[in-house]
Amino acid sequence: MSARTPLHLAAEIGGPPHYDAGHYLRLARLAEGGALDYVTLGDSFARPGLDALAVLARVAPATDRIGLVPTVTTTHTEPFHVSSAVASLDWVSNGRAGWHADVSTTEAEARLFGRRSAAPPAALWQEAGEVADVSARLWDSWEDDAEIRDTATGRFIDRDKLHYVDFEGSTFSVRGPAIVPRPPQGRPVTVIDATSAPARAAAARHADVVHIRATTPEQAAAVREELRAGAAAHGRDPDALRVLVALTVDLGDVETAPEPGLESGPQLAGRGTYFRGGPVDLADLIAQWHRAGAADGFHLTPITPERDLERIVNGTVALLQHRSLFRTFHPGGTLREHLGLVRPASRYAAPKAAAASSASSKEA
Amino acid sequence: MPRTMHLAAHFPGVNATTVWADPRSRSQIDFSSFVHLARTAERGKFDFFFLAEGLRLREHNGRVHDLDVVGRPESLTVLNALAAVTERLGLAATVNATFNEPYELARRLATLDHLSEGRAAWNVVTSSDAFTGENFRRGGYLDRADRYNRAAEFVATARELWDSWTPDGESRPFAHDGEQFTISGEFTVPRSPQGHPVVIQAGDSSEGREFAASAADIIFTRHGTLDAGRIFYADVKARLAAYGRQPDDLKIMPGVTVVVGDTDAEAQEQAYEIRRQQVSPQNAILAAEQLWGTDLSAYDPDGPLPEIDPVIDSGLVKGRVLHGDPFAVVARWREIAAAKGLSLRQTVIETTTRQSFIGSPQTVAAELTAFVDERAADGFILVPHLTPGGLDDFVDRVVPLLQESGAFRSEYSGSTLRSHLGLAEPVWKG
Repeated sequence: MSARTPLHLAAEIGGPPHYDAGHYLRLARLAEGGALDYVTLGDSFARPGLDALAVLARVAPATDRIGLVPTVTTTHTEPFHVSSAVASLDWVSNGRAGWHADVSTTEAEARLFGRRSAAPPAALWQEAGEVADVSARLWDSWEDDAEIRDTATGRFIDRDKLHYVDFEGSTFSVRGPAIVPRPPQGRPVTVIDATSAPARAAAARHADVVHIRATTPEQAAAVREELRAGAAAHGRDPDALRVLVALTVDLGDVETAPEPGLESGPQLAGRGTYFRGGPVDLADLIAQWHRAGAADGFHLTPITPERDLERIVNGTVALLQHRSLFRTFHPGGTLREHLGLVRPASRYAAPKAAAASSASSKEA
Repeated sequence: MPRTMHLAAHFPGVNATTVWADPRSRSQIDFSSFVHLARTAERGKFDFFFLAEGLRLREHNGRVHDLDVVGRPESLTVLNALAAVTERLGLAATVNATFNEPYELARRLATLDHLSEGRAAWNVVTSSDAFTGENFRRGGYLDRADRYNRAAEFVATARELWDSWTPDGESRPFAHDGEQFTISGEFTVPRSPQGHPVVIQAGDSSEGREFAASAADIIFTRHGTLDAGRIFYADVKARLAAYGRQPDDLKIMPGVTVVVGDTDAEAQEQAYEIRRQQVSPQNAILAAEQLWGTDLSAYDPDGPLPEIDPVIDSGLVKGRVLHGDPFAVVARWREIAAAKGLSLRQTVIETTTRQSFIGSPQTVAAELTAFVDERAADGFILVPHLTPGGLDDFVDRVVPLLQESGAFRSEYSGSTLRSHLGLAEPVWKG
């Protein structure tokens, strides 16, 4: 990997729950001011907190550029609803939506729904992969130019450009098409946290962005290569995958820390490696790992978002910007643009060249 | 002093009421359209903004129906976003009780109530068709009675979840063991600003009325005429006592269409022109196919009515509700066409339901006021035919007259939807 590859940065804004929009809005705007690629907001049926996708929908009109990536669990939620809600978040944010796919492993969560028992993570991640798959198909099920508003024929849509997905998963099936027209990004960004082994296969196959855990740049580079190889094995372009190292970050009480850097210590909030130190130490670590080609970027989970996100943005990010290692503004408008990911064509659309040649053969 | 009314704005639906071919028509999916209509409603001091839902695209003759507006975003996500750009307006989402689960939906509704500081409402609908079920794990079919059994237990279960935290913020475990749902655990959201989001019931059937009387705060009805409205109103209000409720505890709000012109005569002309736009030549054939239950694509919309008999239960139409006996309706169409010398399309236009209120601002304001005074309604859910500017005229020209006469509020007096509607906060049942 070239050292000139753009650096991508994201931050988690969850933490102890808040039940008002203002708290999350302040944090999202702070991250937006730092030109971060996206914020994530964790969610689980197992602990107190508002529905994360709803919170980020509330944040969307009050922000302009920052990507919005809520956790959406696939174990108990209908796949069709997952797809519709994420597509709708993309519409209300004008193309800034992603979703962090996750699973619900506990019996306590299963009892909240009363529909199925808890299952092993491997089975749940297979299902989560299928939900990611059917969601992407549903997002493709309307071609971009399906809406024609053709007064001459009285047709609002060209129904040949709407498609049944007829998806048969191991635990569910979906007929389609989507009820929501194709979202602004084509497909909102799918993020999978592959710090747990059962998630890794789904990540290689379905994710646009993968969060990984590593304690050295070499280890990060190795995991990244493994994921890229996995993506390629599924017929994907490995360069369309962004691999971000997940760090749980404690920027408080620097004086008392024996030595800044990574620790194998408590993993309080996130699933990544634990970092303790000052904002400058964190900037040094990010710069050094990125220069070494370890990753495409970092997903930072501050242990105390109200305190540490401000230090990340005004300390760490400002320093990286000063060293010309990170952008100072968002040149693009969509999350895909921030990440350098192309807007995918619908898999159901006739290839452009073929469509053009058939048009010309008709003319001839 | 007239009785004060309640008003709501329905975002234009995916049906032939919505005219998309008009040059003023804008996107049905861009967020800016939702912002426009919601801000118009809030400028008019409306009680709430209303979004419908459909979980499968409508089909005609085995293909996706292509003549009307198709496609819309998911309701709750849009309303959470609208909470950011409005301050007082209630936000009502239609969400299906057949294809959702109580824990998750109660959580999403409580979340909207928190994020909007007490403005959330839920329009409870049910589905019984396997057609929609093809998009969902549960698939399958519920018979009519089971639909309402499930809906009633769903709402009761949601209320148990909304009551599971104490008013001072302590979470308590819940357990529900019923016919439809057996669930237990802890709810993840504290009691929301309204206690319970406002519950709306849409549907005029006897089961629907009973369900509304037992469990809803608002009933969204189709009864658009004064006489039908008064009978419906009396019937529904009379059902409340059996549940220990007062007449004012359930608001009756018919969905209505309004055409405002400078004069009554000009409004009538506009109303006819809108109906003509709603019935394109293709839509005329389609309306006839829905009635006849068979392919009529060979017929000329500007020619006479088909002479063949309707076909019953042909399965031609999926994902929409049919009303009435086809033979009787066809006979009536033939009478009208013969008496007035009308073509197929003209007959469809003629028989298309006329807009509920047509006239000058003064006429419309007076008729709305009379409707409420004579207890045919407690208010109205206005269904505009244009996205997103379809209520601009109403808000600019009719609302000021209603405010002047005291028939409608001039300012919001409270901050929650319950306060707009004059509904008490539900008693906490710990």
